[in-house]
Amino acid sequence: MAEKSGADILVECLVDLGVEVVFGYPGGAVLPIYDALYNHPTIKHVLVRHEQGATHMAEGYARSTGKPGVVLVTSGPGATNAVTGITDALMDSIPMVVITGQVPTQLIGTDAFQEADTIGITRHCTKHNYLVKTPGKLAEVIHEAFHIATTGRPGPVVIDIPKNVQIATAPYAKPELKVHASYHPQTKADAAGIDAAVEMLAAAERPILYTGGGVINSGPQATALLRELAALTGAPVTSTLMGLGAFPASSDQWMGMLGMHGTYEANWAMNQADLILCVGARFDDRVTGRLDAFAPNSRKIHIDIDRSSINKIVEVDVAVVADVASALDDIISLWKQRGHQKADLTEWWARIAGWRARKSLDYAENGTEIMPQRAIADLYKACQATGKDVIITTEVGQHQMWAAQHFGFDAPNKWLTSGGLGTMGYGFPAAIGAQMGNPGSLAICIAGDASVQMNIQELGTATQYRLPVKLFILNNEYMGMVRQWQELTYESRYSNSYSDSLPDFVKLGEAYGWTGIRIEGPQELEAGIRQMLETPGPVIVDCRVAKLSNCFPMIPSGAAHTEMLLDPSQVEGVMSDEAKALV
Amino acid sequence: MHIQEELSQRHVLSLTVSNEAGILARIAGLFTARGYNIDSLTVADITDDHAISRITIVTGGPPKVIDQIIAQLDRLVPVHKVTDLTENGPFVERELALVKVAGTGEDRIEALRLADVFRAKVVDTTIGSFIFEITGTTEKIDNFVGLMRQIGLVEVGRTGVVGLIRGKEPN
Ligand SMILES: Cc1ncc(C[n+]2csc(CCOP(=O)(O)OP(=O)(O)O)c2C)c(N)n1
Repeated sequence: MAEKSGADILVECLVDLGVEVVFGYPGGAVLPIYDALYNHPTIKHVLVRHEQGATHMAEGYARSTGKPGVVLVTSGPGATNAVTGITDALMDSIPMVVITGQVPTQLIGTDAFQEADTIGITRHCTKHNYLVKTPGKLAEVIHEAFHIATTGRPGPVVIDIPKNVQIATAPYAKPELKVHASYHPQTKADAAGIDAAVEMLAAAERPILYTGGGVINSGPQATALLRELAALTGAPVTSTLMGLGAFPASSDQWMGMLGMHGTYEANWAMNQADLILCVGARFDDRVTGRLDAFAPNSRKIHIDIDRSSINKIVEVDVAVVADVASALDDIISLWKQRGHQKADLTEWWARIAGWRARKSLDYAENGTEIMPQRAIADLYKACQATGKDVIITTEVGQHQMWAAQHFGFDAPNKWLTSGGLGTMGYGFPAAIGAQMGNPGSLAICIAGDASVQMNIQELGTATQYRLPVKLFILNNEYMGMVRQWQELTYESRYSNSYSDSLPDFVKLGEAYGWTGIRIEGPQELEAGIRQMLETPGPVIVDCRVAKLSNCFPMIPSGAAHTEMLLDPSQVEGVMSDEAKALV
Repeated sequence: MHIQEELSQRHVLSLTVSNEAGILARIAGLFTARGYNIDSLTVADITDDHAISRITIVTGGPPKVIDQIIAQLDRLVPVHKVTDLTENGPFVERELALVKVAGTGEDRIEALRLADVFRAKVVDTTIGSFIFEITGTTEKIDNFVGLMRQIGLVEVGRTGVVGLIRGKEPN
């Protein structure tokens, strides 16, 4: 058998696994791998400006393409810089493989230059991780790592490769996939759960489908089946932040997002439902509000591929441990086989119509300032008018919630946002990664003035690879979401939430070879957005919006779904210690 | 505002895991990261080829938390099987302790008498001290140690609990 170096084995495995793009940053401990990648004919390496950027790009790439994102960084600071993105991918179940260089095996544990205990540091922010101490093991580990990252509940996997292992050789033949005998995610549901789910669905008078990112992770078949199930049952559909796009926002059955900044109708329908079918969501605290008041009169069915998500927060009546597509397929088949008909939900929909009539997403405009919601709504309209495939990423804050509320998604994998970890600095690199994976699409990052500065250095990456991403900054000169909480909970003491000393974003973009546009008032909004969309190449937009707008509706922390605040007049400006202590 | 504590139940969990580097850190870290308790943890490999280890963990928590602990452990890639012995019992649990007691005269005789009652063995002796070896349930050892404390306990080393289901293993 021919001998190959560890670095060559790695690169060969990546090719065999279909990897086309690697986001990375070189350093001493990965030089052999970089040499093996030099002028590589099929693997494109995207040189980032900061390793955190690489991880979010890989996430954006993965979410928008459904393929795993691949990251390559050096030991020590390279690896520690990647930790935030790895954790983000764990929280949002994003398939990602991160290859980290390590000091040579004989130096491990000696506090060698650029040594960090990468395996120790990432043990609890990865789905699994490996330290590979011999090149003979490398191929097997890499194949298993990709398998683990992409199957079951997807997540990040770290492979730490000491430098001498990259250089040393071992006999190499393309390996068979050997997976831990203990790794066998359950993808097919038990029949009893499916049976119970179908009967409960058929008997429900006030059903609601509560869907999440698991539907999107499960793949296009799952989204198609979700639509079919909604049509068969006639039930309203709501979704978490992560699940937007799994069900078309243009459907009559669409209720909008639920939870802290969800719609009035979605939250009330959850509260009043007699049956909740949770599909690939996890009853996150941002969704449930006060737990003892969450959906008090409902029976609950939970479909999740991760058994530990079931009964973790909310106890359910029926647990269906399975891949979403497989479970929905089983439910639909049995529903049809039993000859169930759509129940008469007239009364239920009439109540929903009443809640919808509250128009909870409406906002007041004053004609002098751009309302941030208006900016999103106009962006949505303009995007639709282009007829192009549009992918939206966001940073974290008010703009993220406004984007979730006012941009409509009709297809999965078009909405990329950091839900679980809420990572400022995610959105801009994610847009670069999405653009890389979808060269024909329009990749737009909706950002806040504070978040965008967390990975602003990636302007250079987009320039270098001629990626025509659009960076649409809703500039309110505040960490708006922090300011909003301070207004609501701390009597408007705006401690350190003002974005002082902001750069001139237009000039900053121009310095990196981008086109810069400033939009100052409502009369410039439409034209400014159009110009952004029509300008070839990367464009940065500094859209000056109202500075003190708050994001409504809102369920304040510690409150129930029925205690939503719809507008500023309901805000008291003080909160109990119990409520303050919640996240 | 005050922080409320929840009532807790003792459970003995038995895990089989792939015997690979970092597995113990992975499991112990899961407990700390998610705020679960470990009262004791034992580990040793149990197959001829040293590929599989059995880990016995004594933990505590409300039923819902115990269920989460099991689900979270089960999710770790190298974990083969998690059995809640307390839930799937009856089961046998044992712990071993070495107990060093110092004393002379009547204390020394009393120590030996008590050891006899508890079926503890003398495994080392000097003029002024004994080391006893005792096996039994956690409670039995607690009691033995408690009595020896009054006589002249110097040091204790305990293994923590190992346990096995009686009869046929549940699936
Ligand atoms: C890395 C990180 N640090 C801190 C926070 C806490 N945080 C959440 S939103 C927010 C403010 C975001 O401000 P900006 O990007 O301007 O968006 P806006 O809310 O104004 O739309 C902060 C600081 C976070 N989510 N992520």
